[in-house]
Amino acid sequence: MSAPFLAVRGVVKRFGARTALAGVELELGAGEIAVVLGATGAGKTTLLRTIAGLERPDAGTVELAGRDATHDPPRARDVALVFQDFSLYPRWTVRENLAFPLRAPGRSLPQAEVEERVRAVAATLRIEPLLERDARRLSGGEMQRVAIGRALVRRPRLFLMDEPLTNLDAKLREALRLELVTLVRSLGTPMVYVTHDQAEALSMADRIHVLEAGRVLQAGPPREVYLRPSSPAVARALGSPPMNALPARRADATWVSTADGTPLCPAAPDAPAQALLGVRAEHVAVTGGTHPATVEVVEDTGPHQLVVARFAGTRLHLLVPRTLELAPGQTIHPCMDARRVVVWSAP
Amino acid sequence: MKAVTLERLEKTFADGTRAVRGIDLALEAGEFVVLLGPSGCGKTTTLRMLAGLELPTSGRITLDGKDVTHLRPSERDVGFVFQFYALYPHLTVRENVAFPLRCAGVPRGERARRVGAVAEHLGLGALLDLRPRQLSGGDQQRVALARAMVRRPAVWLMDEPLGTLDAALRAELCEFLRAEQLAQRVTTVYVTHDQEEAMRLADRVVVMSGGAILQADRPGRVYDEPADLFVARFVGSPGMNLVPGELRAAGAGGVEVVLGAPAEGARGAHPNPPPTLWGTRENRPAGDPPGVRESGENLVLHRLSAALPPGPVTLGIRPEFIALDAASSLRGRVAVDEYLGASRCLHVDTPAGRWVVRVAPEEPARPGSEVGLRLDPAHLRLFHGATGARLA
Repeated sequence: MSAPFLAVRGVVKRFGARTALAGVELELGAGEIAVVLGATGAGKTTLLRTIAGLERPDAGTVELAGRDATHDPPRARDVALVFQDFSLYPRWTVRENLAFPLRAPGRSLPQAEVEERVRAVAATLRIEPLLERDARRLSGGEMQRVAIGRALVRRPRLFLMDEPLTNLDAKLREALRLELVTLVRSLGTPMVYVTHDQAEALSMADRIHVLEAGRVLQAGPPREVYLRPSSPAVARALGSPPMNALPARRADATWVSTADGTPLCPAAPDAPAQALLGVRAEHVAVTGGTHPATVEVVEDTGPHQLVVARFAGTRLHLLVPRTLELAPGQTIHPCMDARRVVVWSAP
Repeated sequence: MKAVTLERLEKTFADGTRAVRGIDLALEAGEFVVLLGPSGCGKTTTLRMLAGLELPTSGRITLDGKDVTHLRPSERDVGFVFQFYALYPHLTVRENVAFPLRCAGVPRGERARRVGAVAEHLGLGALLDLRPRQLSGGDQQRVALARAMVRRPAVWLMDEPLGTLDAALRAELCEFLRAEQLAQRVTTVYVTHDQEEAMRLADRVVVMSGGAILQADRPGRVYDEPADLFVARFVGSPGMNLVPGELRAAGAGGVEVVLGAPAEGARGAHPNPPPTLWGTRENRPAGDPPGVRESGENLVLHRLSAALPPGPVTLGIRPEFIALDAASSLRGRVAVDEYLGASRCLHVDTPAGRWVVRVAPEEPARPGSEVGLRLDPAHLRLFHGATGARLA
C-alpha cells in the first residue's frame, strides 16, 4: 500500500487497570474498506472511538491523510461515525435528522445547500417517501438507513461504522450489507467497519483485521485470512462451521493424529515433529481417505450439507454437496485436501 | 397422541394488533420444530402462548393430550430459555442450574448428579461456584441453557437462545443443542429469525409471516420447494433468485415464460420483447430430453407441461443452480462479488434483471466481467404472479 489514508500505529488505551487496546496497528488506503472483526470485549468500539477522536490513546498515534491527528479534536478530523443503536432524534422527522449534522455549530452551510444534500442522500438511500415521517415511526431497517444517511450527508473523508447492522433481522442485514458496500464503494470514501459477523467481514472487506483482547491477531485480504489463518484463534473467528483443528505428529512424510495414530495427510520434509493441523470443513472429502469415520450428525444448510463425524479422536466437520446421500451411523473415509491444510505450532 | 398441538390459535392484542391469525400446528413427541420469520411475524407470541405467558384470544393448546390453554406457566410442564438470559444474580451458577430441580422437589443427591452432568456437557465445570456477573455473555447464555436442560419437561421452548453470541460460540452451542435434544428426545419449539440456524437445527421448519404459517416442512423441502415467494426469499442466504415474467401459450399445448412482463395494456405491443427463458416449443424433436437450450436470442426450456394458465408469474432459481457458461445467450455483467469463505456469490446484471450466482471461490470472474448464465432446468420454480403461490 502506498501512503495510507489512515494509519493507526501502536495504539494503547487503558481504562483504569483494564487494557482495552494493547498496541493496535491498522492501515487503510484511499477508497478501501477495512473490517475489524472481533467478539464482544475485543476492543473494537474503543479502536473506532480512538480513530474518531472520542478517546485519547495512552500511547501510539493516529495519522489521517499523512498528518498526525492523534491530538486533533473530533470535529477537526472530518470523520463520520455510525452506531449500532441508530441514535436518531425520535421526535424529529427524517428530514430534520438528516439535516442535523449540517447545522452543527461551525458549519454554516447555506439553506439551499443543506436541502440539496438531504435530497441527494435520500435519493441514494431510497428513503425519499419517509422524509416527513417521525424517526420513532420507522422500522429498524429504515432507521438504520437514516442513520447511515446522516453520516453520508456530511461528505466526510472517512466513515467509521460500529456494527451498524447488528440490531436488524438476519435477512434485512444481508440486504443492507450489500446496499452499504455498494454505496460506499461508489462514493470512494474509505471506511473502517467494525463487526462480529464473519459474513460481513468476508464479503465487505478489502482487508480484515482480526482483533482479540486489544491486539490485531492477523490482518490481510479476506481470502488470505480465511484460507491461511495465522493461529487457531483467527481460524475460530472466521468460518461457519469453525475450522477443524487436529493435533498431529509427523511420522516421516505423513501427519498422524496424536490422539489415535490415524494418518491424516502428507507432511512436508521440513515440517516440525508436532503440530496442530487446521483444515476447513469444505476441504475434507467424504471418500478417498484410508481410515474410516462414523457419521454422527448430518445437517442441511441449504446449498451444502454439514456432516459431523467421529474421526482421529475428534469431531470432524465436513461441508459437502447436498447430492451425496449421507445419514448418521454411516461409515465414511475422510480425506483432507493436503494443499489446504494449515500447520500451526503444537499447543 | 401428538406431544403439542395448537388449534386455530389466535392472538389479538389490546391495541388491535392481530399478532397470530388462527394457526394450526401439531408436534410429534421428540420433534424439533423451529418457528422462523422476521420481526413481527408472530413467532414469539406463539411461543409465549405455549409457555403460558400470553393468553390466546381464541383457540386451544394441548401438551401430551391435556388442554393447557388457560393454565399458568407453572402448571405446564415446560422449560424455557430466552434471548435475554434471566439468571438469578444472587445465586451461583450451580444454584442457578439446580433451581428448577429444587422447585420440582428432586432430592439433593440426584440434583447434584444432574447438575454435574449438564455442566460438564456445556463446559461449565470450572464456573459452578461463580455468580452470573462474573461471567461473560456467552457463559451466562450457557448457564441459561443448562438451567433449561437440567430438567426433562414435556417440551422445551427456546426464543433465540443464541441470539447475542458470536459466530463460533453459536455454531458450537447449536451443535450441542441438537445433540442433546436428539439424545434426550425432548419435544422442542425454537424461535429464530436466522434461517441458517433454523435449517441446521430443525426436524421441521415452520415459516411464519404476518401471524400466519406459510409452510411447515423439513428443511430440505422448505429450501427446494418453497410454498410461496416469501418462503423462497426468506430461506437461503442469499434467497432464491426471483424474476417477474409472463406465462404464454406457445402452440401445441406448450407454454413459455417471457421475462420482464410487459405492463398492463401494452401486452402484445412490446417494442423490444425480452428474452424467453423458459417454455416448450411445438417444433421440438420427439423424445428431446428436458434441458435448457439456446435458440437464437432466447433460451428455450423443454420441461413445462401445458397445465398452467397463461398470465403473470415469477420465475425462481437458487443461486447454486445457475452456472457460468460463456456459450449461453443469457448474458450480463458482474456487478458485485461477495466472498463468503466456503462459497462466493456473484451478482450479475442482465437484460432480464439481476441474478445471484453461487460460484466456486476460485472462479476468475470479477466485477465488470461479462458472463453467460446457464440455468439448471431441474431446479427452476414458478410462482403465481398475483398470489405468489408456487405453481411448479
